[in-house]
Amino acid sequence: MGNNLFPGTCLRRGLSIPFWRDERVLRVLGQIIFLIVVVGFFYYIYNNMITALAAQGMTPSFAFLSNTAGFDIGEQLIEYVRSDSYGRAILVGLLNTVYVSIIGIFFSTIFGVILGVARLSKNFLVAKLSSIYLEILRNIPLLVLLVFWYGGVFISLPRVKESIVIGSVYLSNRGVAVPWGIPTETWSTYLVILGAGLVAAIIVAWRLKIVGERTGRPPLTILWVTLTFLGTGLLGWLVLPNPPLILDYPELSGLNFSGGHVFSPEFMALLSGLVIYTAAFIGEIVRAGIQSVSKGQTEAAKALGLTGFQTLRMVIFPQAMRVIVPPLTSQYLNLTKNSSLAVAIGYPDLFSVGGTAHNQSGRAVEVIALMMGIYLSTSLLTSLFMNWYNEKIKLVER
Amino acid sequence: MTTDTKVIAPPTERYTILGWLKRNLFGSIPDSILTIFAIWLTYAMLKPAFAWIFGEARWEVIPDNLKLFMVGRYPAEYLWRIWLVLYLLVALVGFVWGVWVKKKETTGYVLLGIPIFLALLPFSMQIRLQILLLDVIGYMLYMFGRGENPSYKRWAIIAMLAYFPIAIFIIHGFGETGIMAKVEPNLWGGLLLTILLALLGIIFSFPIGVALALGRQSKLPIVSWICIGSIELVRGVPLITILFMMDLMLPLFLPAEIRIESVIRALVGITFFSAAYMAENIRGGLQAIPNGQREAAHALGLSAFHTMAFIILPQALRAVIPILVSQFIGLLKDTTLVMILSLFDVLGIGKAVLGNPDYIGTTKEVYLFVAALFWVISYGMSYASQRLETALGVGER
Repeated sequence: MGNNLFPGTCLRRGLSIPFWRDERVLRVLGQIIFLIVVVGFFYYIYNNMITALAAQGMTPSFAFLSNTAGFDIGEQLIEYVRSDSYGRAILVGLLNTVYVSIIGIFFSTIFGVILGVARLSKNFLVAKLSSIYLEILRNIPLLVLLVFWYGGVFISLPRVKESIVIGSVYLSNRGVAVPWGIPTETWSTYLVILGAGLVAAIIVAWRLKIVGERTGRPPLTILWVTLTFLGTGLLGWLVLPNPPLILDYPELSGLNFSGGHVFSPEFMALLSGLVIYTAAFIGEIVRAGIQSVSKGQTEAAKALGLTGFQTLRMVIFPQAMRVIVPPLTSQYLNLTKNSSLAVAIGYPDLFSVGGTAHNQSGRAVEVIALMMGIYLSTSLLTSLFMNWYNEKIKLVER
Repeated sequence: MTTDTKVIAPPTERYTILGWLKRNLFGSIPDSILTIFAIWLTYAMLKPAFAWIFGEARWEVIPDNLKLFMVGRYPAEYLWRIWLVLYLLVALVGFVWGVWVKKKETTGYVLLGIPIFLALLPFSMQIRLQILLLDVIGYMLYMFGRGENPSYKRWAIIAMLAYFPIAIFIIHGFGETGIMAKVEPNLWGGLLLTILLALLGIIFSFPIGVALALGRQSKLPIVSWICIGSIELVRGVPLITILFMMDLMLPLFLPAEIRIESVIRALVGITFFSAAYMAENIRGGLQAIPNGQREAAHALGLSAFHTMAFIILPQALRAVIPILVSQFIGLLKDTTLVMILSLFDVLGIGKAVLGNPDYIGTTKEVYLFVAALFWVISYGMSYASQRLETALGVGER
């Protein structure tokens, strides 16, 4: 038996293992039983649910999505009135979630990188301040932070008439009013020019990559691409007969602002809470990433005659990124998922709108399934993208 | 020996205040600018903060509602049961400390200092005495546990395992009347509810997490797909949607005869949520076990089940223990979300207190207090667990 290369078979005929002791059969059988148990459990639950719903005179169906919603939504990125359908209301909520998540990710990345670098600073005071910040923020629940920002800060700001003015930014309990660009008739032409700039930037990136591969010198791709894009944008701005955007300053008129753009207190509280909280975690990730690059790397780069900036760009940064990207991805996902806490402060994100839709329509099962499906696919999409990016920088590295 | 030894000046500046300042704060011009900016920022933020904390803030809202913050609507006549649970806790901590940690005296004194510090806060005299009694009991059990008796270690383990069921039993009670009358979970609130939800969540999610982690590693495709699917499903959605689902749909899932309280529904949601993350942590532990262990077990003739139960899992779980503490802290923070389901955890109580017309305009005070409470607990726990890990060498072998 010792030489038997094929488990489950026997060398001598007539002594074959009976099927109830054959591992291959057992594995298949075990899995079938497991599947039956799981499916049976879910069927039991589903059956209970259908019975309970039938007792309330309902059958699960998504047809209600086209019914009239009949509730208002505080802020929206697309046109929405209360006579629109539930489906559109949920779309408005989803867009709000995406909006606050993207802005939140942008700012928390910047803030987090600053914190992480500051924590490693040689300057004693800066390093200490940054580590105190991280220790405080990482040990407080986000929800507490959100309700504090909302109830304690943004709602407690003075009334519109006595609003705090910083430059042309007005802080009041009705929100934060900032100057905002208003498109003029040349705006659409300008968008075309920006598109051309984008194309030019991509071409530049492509050319630089080829040149880099030929000469073996890594080009400053990001710098040149940004310069190309900004240059085209600036050129377009100057060439057009009148500027495509004019700045509109907020002004006090009566009990409210006119002009500019007003960010609601809910949005500001949610955004600042998310940014401040997530930045603390990103700061730790960035610090760990930078520290993960061994000192020998810096010394070797110096010995090769690289300048400080070159060391950072070509030696430290690519290696740190490999450590940083996976946890950073999960922080971005966390931020997106955490934006559902908006419901506690009344910002109409996906979860909050979904909750209202459930209250109005009584369709718990469908609304929950829809929300979970949307969050799940957002998460999966983000992690797919980040995995792709992670693979890419890995390839660049080795 | 005649040599002109050059006497090199000792690096004095390293040891003087000025030298330290120069090295750490004013090394170069950009450094100095940064330092000045940091000082200005600190001053600009701390000055109004201190002015507010010691001047305008109306802190009386906290002592007035302290009972609510701590235990919610738990009946006042049964409060002694909570105290009893606390006394048992310090007795347990003191005993375990005495049995195992013996030499870490400074940290022990810090632990003893916490109740003394709390007793200095403006509570009523009775509460102060009760708090100080915590110290007395803890210290007595510590001295007792230091005694050289080999059977103490076994007792300490039994006490640790038994503590939690006993505590829940004392808090919940039994029967309709008498001193141990039942207190329904819906009456539990405040910090008590927060801590119980997190603790029960971790405890219940542990076996589920182990099962999911093993299932995910399984070579049987259907089992591993189902486990991966459920783990990723839970990890891909926000906790609040899971809580919301349990709150609304658990009654639908179960047969109509069974009614469950909202606290239990929230607990089920928290357990499922925690189990998915637990499974990932345990998987990390499983993957950290070198393959040689598995091969050695096979060579010894152990079956797959025995290999898992006696070789792989014990090592994996030991490696995972430190991570469980940080998961517990995370869960403790996440339990605040039950406020959205209108349960009265610490944050929910805070919101309810703010609804009282007497305390309008104390938003900052209440939420700062809640934040401070969470900060002290989570920071204290992560600090203590780090110290204990290094002291006991948990997770290292």
